[in-house]
Amino acid sequence: MKTTTRVLLTALMCTAAVACSKKVKEAPPATDTGPSTGTMTDGAPPVAGAYGPNDLDTDACLRQRVVYFDLDQDALRPEFQAAMACHAKYLRDRPSSRLTLEGNADERGSREYNLGLGERRGNAVSSALQANGGSGGQVSVTSYGEERPACTSSGEDCWAQNRRVEIVYTAK
Amino acid sequence: MNRTAPWLAAPRLLLALCLSLLMPLVAQAQQQGLEIDIVGGNASALPIAVVPMPYQGSASAPETDVARVIREDLARSGQFRGLPEQDMAERPTRGSEVNYPTWRALRQDFLVVGRVVDAGGGAFRVEYELFDVAKQERMLGFAMTGGASAMRDVAHQISDAIYEKVLGVRGAFWTRVAYVTATGTGQNSRYALMVADADGYSPQTVVRSNLPLLSPSWSPDGRRLAYVSFEHNNNSAIYIQDLNTGARERVASFRGINSAPSFSPDGRRLALTLSRSGNPEIYVMDIASKALTQITNQFGIDTEPTWSADGSTIYFTSDRGGRPQIYQASASGGGATRVTFQGNYNASASVSYDDKKVAVAQGSGNVYRIALLDRSLGTPRWSTLSPGSLDESPSFAPNASMVLYAAREGSRGVLYAVSADGRVRQRLVLANGDVREPSWGPYREQR
Repeated sequence: MKTTTRVLLTALMCTAAVACSKKVKEAPPATDTGPSTGTMTDGAPPVAGAYGPNDLDTDACLRQRVVYFDLDQDALRPEFQAAMACHAKYLRDRPSSRLTLEGNADERGSREYNLGLGERRGNAVSSALQANGGSGGQVSVTSYGEERPACTSSGEDCWAQNRRVEIVYTAK
Repeated sequence: MNRTAPWLAAPRLLLALCLSLLMPLVAQAQQQGLEIDIVGGNASALPIAVVPMPYQGSASAPETDVARVIREDLARSGQFRGLPEQDMAERPTRGSEVNYPTWRALRQDFLVVGRVVDAGGGAFRVEYELFDVAKQERMLGFAMTGGASAMRDVAHQISDAIYEKVLGVRGAFWTRVAYVTATGTGQNSRYALMVADADGYSPQTVVRSNLPLLSPSWSPDGRRLAYVSFEHNNNSAIYIQDLNTGARERVASFRGINSAPSFSPDGRRLALTLSRSGNPEIYVMDIASKALTQITNQFGIDTEPTWSADGSTIYFTSDRGGRPQIYQASASGGGATRVTFQGNYNASASVSYDDKKVAVAQGSGNVYRIALLDRSLGTPRWSTLSPGSLDESPSFAPNASMVLYAAREGSRGVLYAVSADGRVRQRLVLANGDVREPSWGPYREQR
């Protein structure tokens, strides 16, 4: 129950953040960005509202880097659509950025099967990012199965936290 | 005969050196042996008295209590019930000292007596005899020689001989098991792939890592282990490691999952799971050439391949029908047929040497237990071997008399060895941290 509430709250915040980001976002100052400023040199002037690397730490939607799943499921829950949209937008805005989707499962059942399940969840997030306009070339998927639990006690509260995909930016 | 297992000796130094270069060494917690206790009992077990075997030589006695090791081996099998030492009214050490009425009065079916003597060069000889109390007959009379450090190995081989003489089935006490230990959480997680005697003694570290290790698989000659490690680019990869030399080779590190290795019975091929096509499929790799043959091609997770004893068939887990179930296919590819129909979750098959029994992790709701499918009688028969709620990774002993599996107690993992009739369980616990991913090794050969 607690988890559901938390997730819903987060989802609401995300939606709000996405709504806001349109008007608030500015192109980051040129001095801020690292050596490769792919977005800036595409010819076009920086589009108003384009994400920059700092937004990964400050933007409420982009800061959501964990996607949770139901038992034995790899279907993306609706509340994560907003997060998919903003991460996909980040990938579009920053073509040099790269991320790894780390798929995880809870401890029940076979470790090897859970490795497959973790990958399936990673692929589901990858598909959602691409459906939102992210490029497949920027995304890679790794499965840890049940080997990297976020929570180590046995029980649904804990299991729900472990059925997840973590979005890890390997290049901002 | 004189066999101190060679992989325990000098090459270990080299192995340790190589490993310390690879990964930071962990505290000795993972060197600790497994603590053992026996749970449950079997009323129909055969009563056997294994009389203490005193040292009758002139040097200092070996540390190992040979008779005790034999007694514990036989008890763990579930097939025998050992007479407690304090109930032994007499302590014969050779056949001429045996009074059958004494042992009949104690209601013993079998009697084992023996003694340890000097064999020269610091070695010991264990001379032992097995008697049928009712028939008043000697069934076995042998001697085995070994160094002081090999006395447990000698005792296990004596257990094997007694087991086979009485039951007509080869004993599997002189075998080893592989397993993974885990300590710490998050950034402080440490993993070790271990090999120990089947009773948990003499644990040795094969490899350590800060990243997960899983799915050890023995080569049929017991000299190599295949396993999965995440140390290469933080992704799963399959390694084959020689236990004698410590030398290892990364044999599969494709994009996606590289996992679930299983040696073929001839040791030349490795069945494995790769998701390089975008979906986990079963492949067979020719180890020498690394050439791959794809066995499955199906939307769904296909994983955990394991071989039939003759190498013709591969059993595996697949959720092609919705939930995970065990299927079988020809080792050269082609269609698959479903093996398990009871239970809505069946995974991690281990197949007995005669292909008649399949042990699985069977799930129902939040409860996962080890279940045994017996196909020796026409209609398949199921039995449940474990009472836990998160039991997994069954692994048959080479003679199929016992099944080793992993269980959770609280938040830690422990191992159990359960007799194939489910009546006697032995618990193997690491003092500190998790034990998991057990794999029972093959019979050992005297060298």
